[in-house]
Formats: sequence, structure tokens, C-alpha cells
Amino acid sequence: MIAAGEPAPDFTLRNQDGEKVSLSDFRGEKVLLVFYPLDFSPVCSDQLSLYQEVKPEIEAKGVRMIGISVDSGFAHKAFQEKLGIDTLLLADFEPKGEVARAYGAYIDRVGHANRSLVLVDEQGTIEWVHESPTPLEIPGANLIFDALSA
Amino acid sequence: MPPAGPEDHRRGEGPLLIVYADLGCPHCASAWAEISAREATIVFRHFPVASKHPRSPALHAAAEAAGQQGRFFDLVDSLYADRGHVDDPHLWQRAEDLDLDLDRFETDRRSGTVAARVRRDFESGIRAGVTGTPAIFSSASDVDPT
Repeated sequence: MIAAGEPAPDFTLRNQDGEKVSLSDFRGEKVLLVFYPLDFSPVCSDQLSLYQEVKPEIEAKGVRMIGISVDSGFAHKAFQEKLGIDTLLLADFEPKGEVARAYGAYIDRVGHANRSLVLVDEQGTIEWVHESPTPLEIPGANLIFDALSA
Repeated sequence: MPPAGPEDHRRGEGPLLIVYADLGCPHCASAWAEISAREATIVFRHFPVASKHPRSPALHAAAEAAGQQGRFFDLVDSLYADRGHVDDPHLWQRAEDLDLDLDRFETDRRSGTVAARVRRDFESGIRAGVTGTPAIFSSASDVDPT
């Protein structure tokens, strides 16, 4: 897993609406990258639903929250609609998992990212990371707020 | 996590169990009968996740409003016992069955005070690391509800 203090690898991916989004678009803002395994899986549904509930508080701290998985933009759109969430979702679809690999969040044997959080500061440097012990474990939102108040 | 206090909804006697629960959550509903049967002091804290259970905010507000007339756990029990009837007319019927003052119930459940009370519990659950419901804490550790 990438470590705090390292430069955040830039990337350009398509979002749930097919638009290209780059990490560097958010330079000057803090960004929370939420790597998660798969749209529509039960644990990912719980995680993104939970984070949606605290998204206003995260944004109030000047942080943009972005979800990333290996699913396509079309799947992301349907996932957003199913959950009723408006978190920006990016498709790490082709080459599959390339961004997750760059952040050390990819699990080769299962073909998707681990559940990992990466906080990138305003200058594009990794400020904090959290990697779940297993993809089945949701990082509590308290970890995010602890990181933001550290 | 804030310790149990006088502002919490509590019932029963015995070891303390603090339960973060979502009134729209089927897992909570199936666990509630077992939790309630324990010889314990049960503290109920609101943890509605609207994007999973869209009616949850309304149900928690209704329970809180019932609580303002002393019938919090009665409405919680009612909602968990019958999850199929949770629209507004069903809430009015439940309130009537509990002999609540309906006008007051309607005003209270839509009030900012009630919304803030529900949100306060939710945020305390977030601070405690709750990621799913039901989440149960004893004074010493998590307790498996099953």
C-alpha cells in the first residue's frame, strides 16, 4: 500500500456519467479516495451507504470524497441510483485496476481492490492511508474523521 | 462513544447493552426480540441509514416523537414486529393504537428538535466506529446479538 508522504499517483478515469476525471483536477483541495471491491456487493453497498450519511460532514472539512472500483461507469451509474447516493464514482475499468495497483490497493488473486482509504492533501501528497485487513471489513467513518482532525 | 446517560432511551434491569439500531433494518428487526428478551438494561440509540432504508429517518423521528409522550419503546417494538406497514398512515394508526396525542405526534416527529436528537445518536455511533446495524456494546466489549 502506498504510504503517507509519497506523491499521489495522478490518474484519469471516467466517472459514472462517462466524463473524464483526473486527480489533478482537485489540486488545491483535499481528496479522500475510497477504493472498494465491487458495485452492488453487500459490504460495498453498506460502506457507500454509510459514507453517504457523513458526506456533508466530510465535505464541510473541505474534502472531496471519490469512490473507485473496477466496475464500469454504467455499473457505477446504476449503483448510485440503486443506493440513492451522489458520491462521485470512478471506473478503474480498463486497464483493469490500474489505479488501484498504483496505490497498492489491488488484490490480484480476487481481481479487485481491497477496501482502502487514501487521503490526498491539497498539494497532491498522500496524507493518510488505511487498508482494511480484509475486503469484508468496512473502515468506520470515525477513522476518516480521526484522520481529518489529526 | 458517549456513556449511557439520562437522555438515552433505556429499559430493563441488568448489565448495560447499548444498541445502535436502524428501524428500517431487517437484521435489527430479527435481532430485536432476542435483544429485548435479555435480562439487561437496553439503551437504544438511533442509527438510521437512509440510503439503505429510505423510510428509516421517518421511522426514527416517529419513535422519538412517541418517546416525547412516554411511548418510545412501544413504538419501536411495534415497528420491528411489523415491518410491512411503515408509511405515514400506518404510523398514524400505530400512534392511535398507543393512545398518543396525534396532533402532538405529528408536530413532534417533523420538528428540528427530534431530527437533532436522532442525528446526535447517529453521530455518536459514527464516532464509536459503527459500520452496520445492529451494533451492540456492553460495558466491556462488543456482544454478538446472535
